[in-house]
Amino acid sequence: MGIALFIFISLIKIVIGLAVLLTGVAYSVWLERKVVGHIQNRWGPTRVGPFGLLQPLADGAKLLFKEDLLPPQVYKPLYIAAPMIAIVCAVTSISVIPVGNSVTVFGVTTPLEITDVNIGLLIILGITSLGVYGVALSGWSSNSKYSLLGGLRASAQMVSYEIALGLSLVGVLIMAGSFSLRDIVDAQAGHFWGFIPRWNIFTGQLIGFFIYLTAAYAETNRIPFDLPEAETELVAGYHTEYSAMKFAMFFMAEYANMITVSCVATLLFLGGWHGLVFGPPILQAILPVFWFLAKVFVFMLIYIWVRGTLPRFRYDQLMAFGWKVLLPAAIVNLIATALAVAW
Amino acid sequence: MLSVHFVLFLIFGVVCVAGAVNLLVQRHPINSALSLVVVMGSLAVEYLLLGAEFVAAVQVIVYAGAIMVLFVFVIMLLNAGEEERTQGSRVAWLLGVPGMLLGSILIAWVVLNHSGTGAVAIGALPGPPKALGWLLFHDFLLPFEVTSILVLIAIMGAVVLAARPEKRES
Repeated sequence: MGIALFIFISLIKIVIGLAVLLTGVAYSVWLERKVVGHIQNRWGPTRVGPFGLLQPLADGAKLLFKEDLLPPQVYKPLYIAAPMIAIVCAVTSISVIPVGNSVTVFGVTTPLEITDVNIGLLIILGITSLGVYGVALSGWSSNSKYSLLGGLRASAQMVSYEIALGLSLVGVLIMAGSFSLRDIVDAQAGHFWGFIPRWNIFTGQLIGFFIYLTAAYAETNRIPFDLPEAETELVAGYHTEYSAMKFAMFFMAEYANMITVSCVATLLFLGGWHGLVFGPPILQAILPVFWFLAKVFVFMLIYIWVRGTLPRFRYDQLMAFGWKVLLPAAIVNLIATALAVAW
Repeated sequence: MLSVHFVLFLIFGVVCVAGAVNLLVQRHPINSALSLVVVMGSLAVEYLLLGAEFVAAVQVIVYAGAIMVLFVFVIMLLNAGEEERTQGSRVAWLLGVPGMLLGSILIAWVVLNHSGTGAVAIGALPGPPKALGWLLFHDFLLPFEVTSILVLIAIMGAVVLAARPEKRES
């Protein structure tokens, strides 16, 4: 493949990936408002479009045209850079996530992801670990006590839970023997006794799966771990002083991170794009991508469901849970997996 | 022969050094810490260009993503203010700076000519995780284990230092 063709194909994939991701972000917000509304016996958005489906567009227009306030006490360079760091880190990590096998269009075969690297999982972990700077720096540069407390809580929480998160994934890595997300998914192909899929969640990584999910909720600052933006005590936490599009960038970063977490959970524990494939060739090409998106959608629903159900932790409970429960459990899971594989 | 990788290597080398200089020049601790993040990040890119993709990823995850976050955390927590600018001592300018330059040139010369390793070509380092794991757990097993014990001792020391005295007695 020539370099020009490579760049052309990559550009197309980046544009498509970005469009899908940002649409997904916008409609996750809609879905969350709708589902939480119904959980609380309300309707959620109903006025803009059928079922309130155009609500994300209205919200986007509102945020674009709002006045972009710059409070006088902020440290300007970092105050402006922080939301950019947050959104860039959140969006970039989608680039190594495969959504299906390769496709051939007009005689050109290309994998269904922006770039296929052999350390894909590490890249996602690395980029998301940089995302904490956005939150921490926004809290500090706002020069306000609520923001600072939110930023401090966020950085402590994210560093603590990152360890459990990383360790919970090592079990899967041992079983697949690779960092490549494609290899990990391929290792989960096939069935037990013809009907139970060989997804990692069924092959002994159930504990790892729950550790990952819990730690990932803490990493994305979602209920029940949303102390960095706890509105009852910190107004809005690290983004208290932000308005208009800068606030929207934090908001989009949070939902993009949720989507990334759901994608990684799907790839590592639920078999990625594996699922029932049948019918004519065109259907066989589309179904794997459909299964992948369906699983991601289920994870997003669980996120919203948990938000509508659970109360918030106290901060000392959060730290004690992370260090004294999740981390030991992840280590035990890792040792057990290593012994089982070696045996 | 100027390949894209070589040009990128030079660019990120310059970024790395510029970040290190900026770290010293900046007066606010948080700006210095962020310059150090830039240094770590560009070092990771250099590793990547040399072919050590696993080391590059770990460099970002551990140094830029965890250790520097703790640095920033402490600076934020202590709310450290700006440093005062002083003239600097004359000894530092007369002896320190030339001495540092001389020392670094000497180290570079020794490493390049007398360590038996020589220069590494672009993309020549053992990069894939499997090759690295084999090196770590086979060829360099003893140094690896000794280092891990060293780290363990450091962790225990930190725990002893951080534990509150009244808790130890009860």
